[in-house]
Amino acid sequence: MSLTINDVVFAFISGLSILSALGVVFSRNMVHSALFLILTFLGVAGIFFELGAGFLGLVQILVYAGAISVLVIFTIMLVMSVEVGKTNLPNSSMSTHLWGAYFAVLLTLALGASIWYSELPQVRGLAVSDAVGSLAGLMLGNYVVAFEVAAILLLLAVVGAIILARGVEEE
Amino acid sequence: MENWFLNIAHWLTSWLVSLGLAPVWADLILLVVQWTIIVGIITLNVLILIWLERKVAGFMQERLGPNRLGPFGIFQTIADTLKLLTKEDIIPSQTDRLIFKVAPMFFIIVAVMLYAVLPMGQDMAVVNLNVGLFYFISVGSLSTICILMAGWGSNNKWSLLGAMRSVAQMISYEIPLAFSLLGVVMITGSLNLSDIVQAQHNIWFILLQPVAFVTFFIAATAELNRGPFDMPEAEQELTAGAYTEYTGMRWALFFLAEYTNLVAVSALASTLFLGGWQGPFLPSWLWIILKTYLIMLVFMWLKWTFPRIRMDHLMSLSWKVLIPISLVNIVLTGAGIELFRWMGW
Repeated sequence: MSLTINDVVFAFISGLSILSALGVVFSRNMVHSALFLILTFLGVAGIFFELGAGFLGLVQILVYAGAISVLVIFTIMLVMSVEVGKTNLPNSSMSTHLWGAYFAVLLTLALGASIWYSELPQVRGLAVSDAVGSLAGLMLGNYVVAFEVAAILLLLAVVGAIILARGVEEE
Repeated sequence: MENWFLNIAHWLTSWLVSLGLAPVWADLILLVVQWTIIVGIITLNVLILIWLERKVAGFMQERLGPNRLGPFGIFQTIADTLKLLTKEDIIPSQTDRLIFKVAPMFFIIVAVMLYAVLPMGQDMAVVNLNVGLFYFISVGSLSTICILMAGWGSNNKWSLLGAMRSVAQMISYEIPLAFSLLGVVMITGSLNLSDIVQAQHNIWFILLQPVAFVTFFIAATAELNRGPFDMPEAEQELTAGAYTEYTGMRWALFFLAEYTNLVAVSALASTLFLGGWQGPFLPSWLWIILKTYLIMLVFMWLKWTFPRIRMDHLMSLSWKVLIPISLVNIVLTGAGIELFRWMGW
């Protein structure tokens, strides 16, 4: 098995995302963590591109890297009251460490098992030419109920956030 | 004249292949060459744009504008650039050093990335991406983070305030911007910018989608942080917003990127609404340049005509006026398309 240009690109992108994910965890400064998180999102978008799912990659960039991470940074900036360099310190209590290790092992097992036991049929033939169209067909066709429920849920969240921020007037 | 650039590209590829290179590498080299040329043209074009902006401002305010260096002061920006290049690079001691340094670089990289999908003439897009329009919007949204990085990294109250204002503004105006483009996409049935240009063969979309054009234009002005929506760097209250602590070439990079964004958005507007590279007599690449400059002149005209808008008015304009209007526009466009289909056009 020879090394193709695809493999090199994949190794580069996934290495970048893993490194920046480690950066999220190990930075002492919370704003740095948030910025590393953006890099991780961009790496995930790169993996989407590499797999030929350009639209999904762009959604990843627009929604996660462009919007959600900005909100994360905003929140951090607004609620921060201590010195910046000490906002993301490792927790020293032993029980937290144990719980963290427990969940990490559980997650690894679950992910590994689901990858190991699922059949991954190899897709042959040309890539889908109109990916956006078929995605739209599925979203507004077969899965329209789930799509609308998600939309209503988001709307409720927005209304709730506004009410929480403004407070309810006393009667 | 129409095929000058295509011929050069074709000749370069065949020459590289005749040297014994694999076609893949020849294409890669061609891509690098195209990219370098685009970046070069953008940078040189900014020199002209800054001069033009100052001249237009002078004309609007009944003064002369730059007029000392060269005919009509045309060498003024070159002198300014040389001055900026030779200035000392000052980094204040209390900054978040790494973020402070990389913010202007990321900002210009994101601005230049926008040009990858713009069709600069018939068959002249660097990458003919089938989701090109969506690429433009999502890559454009990354520039908010760069401004946030600049504002945060400077560790200065004005910088942070300016960055927060500009991010709030850009996130709010991204929504009407994307919604107003949906009308065009619905008529064309494609996100590919070349297809959108082809679809305007008979009639420009500014005539079919006038409301979308107006909302797009207002939202784009806000996205570009240009007057009358330049609250984020309102000199009278915030010094220079997120760029307050920057000096010399780092500051110039922000300036460069802002004008690069201006050109990109104007080129997008002319591609989507003014028929792109289509036009009689002149070659296609000249048409897109002319239309882009026309849109940019309108941007400058607005900037020097209207007073700055207050921050809360700015927000309510986006959420209470532009978003409802663009939503209604989408519904009406959909109804119109169905009606035309039903009538069998």
